[in-house]
Amino acid sequence: MVAFQAPCKFMLQYLKDFIDYLSAPTISFTLLTVMFPFVFPPTDWFQKMHKKLGFHHMWTNKGGIAGILLITAFFVMGFLDKNFNIILTKPDNFPIILMTYTMFFFIWLGMKKAYVNDERLDQGKKPDEYHDPEDKVLVWPDLVYIELIALILFTVFLIVWSILVAAPLEEPANPAATPNPSKAPWYFLGLQEMLVYFDPWIAGILFPLFIIIGTSAIPYMDINPKGDGYYSFKERRVGIFIFMYGWIVLWVFLIVIGTFFRGPNWNFFGPFEFWDPHKIEALNNVNLSEYFWVIGLNKPLPTNPLVRESIGILATAFYVFLLPPLLAKTWLKDMFKAYGPVRYSFLMLFGLLMLSLPIKMYLRWIINLKYIVSIPEWFFNI
Amino acid sequence: MSKKENKKQSLLDWLGNSQLWKSIIRSGVPRTRRQRMYAILGNVFLHLHPARLPRHAVKLGYTWCMGGLSFFLFVVLTITGILLMFYYRPTVEYAFTDIIDLGEQVPLGIMREIHRWGAHAMVLTVWLHMLRVFMTGSYKPPREFNWTVGVILMTLTMFLSFTGYLLPWDQLAIWAVTVGSNMARAHPFIGSEGPGASLLAIGDINLVHAGSDVRFGLLGGRFVGEATLLRFYVLHCIAVPFIAMIFMAVHFWRIRKDGGISGPM
Repeated sequence: MVAFQAPCKFMLQYLKDFIDYLSAPTISFTLLTVMFPFVFPPTDWFQKMHKKLGFHHMWTNKGGIAGILLITAFFVMGFLDKNFNIILTKPDNFPIILMTYTMFFFIWLGMKKAYVNDERLDQGKKPDEYHDPEDKVLVWPDLVYIELIALILFTVFLIVWSILVAAPLEEPANPAATPNPSKAPWYFLGLQEMLVYFDPWIAGILFPLFIIIGTSAIPYMDINPKGDGYYSFKERRVGIFIFMYGWIVLWVFLIVIGTFFRGPNWNFFGPFEFWDPHKIEALNNVNLSEYFWVIGLNKPLPTNPLVRESIGILATAFYVFLLPPLLAKTWLKDMFKAYGPVRYSFLMLFGLLMLSLPIKMYLRWIINLKYIVSIPEWFFNI
Repeated sequence: MSKKENKKQSLLDWLGNSQLWKSIIRSGVPRTRRQRMYAILGNVFLHLHPARLPRHAVKLGYTWCMGGLSFFLFVVLTITGILLMFYYRPTVEYAFTDIIDLGEQVPLGIMREIHRWGAHAMVLTVWLHMLRVFMTGSYKPPREFNWTVGVILMTLTMFLSFTGYLLPWDQLAIWAVTVGSNMARAHPFIGSEGPGASLLAIGDINLVHAGSDVRFGLLGGRFVGEATLLRFYVLHCIAVPFIAMIFMAVHFWRIRKDGGISGPM
């Protein structure tokens, strides 16, 4: 028995170390991003690979059960681990555990139904939701009773939850004692995570504003008339791919990172790692202007901020103003034609802003870039 | 009606045909098709629904019930919120101790729990409702504008949750709100540390500074304090729910006006 326990413990530790390693944003974000088009294939080629690699099994009953088991295994392992247990059992983190399950379950459910419908449409049948329009049901009793039952069940769930888990309450407010880390409410942790890569005026103001405007604008940007009123994937694969990337990777996943993997000083900690407040991460980030003038040309930085930051300003201007018309003339010619100039411009604005987050992340990770444009005199850092 | 038929009537039918019942619920006991449709049409609350629906609209697999649950949670939060307001005083002196009393002194001491967990659950149900509407393509014409109203409601839901976060006045509360509201400082032009703020000056005098910027307006001071607590209390209990209710009315009304629940043609 003893002889058996030791290698087991060693294996478990090895697995934990491996998960810690995988969880680092550099690794996990890259893995998610690279895998994403294979899971939600936006083109024919990806569709083929999606089938070949077997990702379509994710959206079957077996895939759903496997996913739930995997999440549960991760949480059970975390519950038994002395470091992860502290974070996992914080009452305020309970909603995130609920979020992980419900998000997975409902994305799975939606995709499963979409695949069933895709197959039906391929066979020339109507979607699963279709019924004879003349054959209607009466709201009383067919709907009001369902609503009543749903309401009672949810009330029971809420009361049981409230009896079992006390609402979080920490020590009385003390403006003199800043907790480390100080975290925003969980649903804003994605934005707080973006603060690592962008200044507050972008991560805290511009991004939220454009998330709201961009999300509101989805019906006006998506001109594909198909897939209205039933679950489907094939008919709307590009739209679903973009939405899901923003939703799963740039929102939900960043919340998970912000909750579970960010410890004191907002440093990264693997889930099974001890939150050591003295962990030191070297901050050797360099501005683009320093790269250009000091390292590239071997000159001192110019004193005029506009001259100093000219390269960054030009790069940003190119990205925002020149790239869309350039793409309209070349790679996205057909799209420009279909969308018209106004709709196309807005779509590009939203798309480029969304893409700027991963772009800045990789610039930070690969070349330690701090700011593309850095004019602290005017609080204008990009 | 003959006497024989009268004898067969159950107590419910007798009640349903009484003057009192009929004056309140005109359809009587909804047994016939006509009465059942009238039960929906004649009731201000149930009239949110049409009287008849396509068959897929009552399937949980299609709707996930998330929109309905979000509204239900809003009602639960309103009711528990009113009860909490009887006991809670939004001052630095009493807020925290009132919260403790809510659990220890007040009968049915889980009101705060239901309110807090219900609020978290509502953020989730609203998100899941959005996911469902997206996955079924239900935002497509003619329902574009109602999606936009929905996004506004989602934003208001999160803002409601955020303003409520401060009220317990514990460490979690003030620091989460401090982190959140520090963002306002960086607002372009109207935040004291935002780009362009320094341009708004008359001579040497800055118009936008820590004592006049948008963060100051939100907090009612330079840091999260007594004025912030009152401000967030009013926002949380009255201002934001009021705005949310207006948008909810539009949201529900538009569902009907845009052709009812989405579905395949």
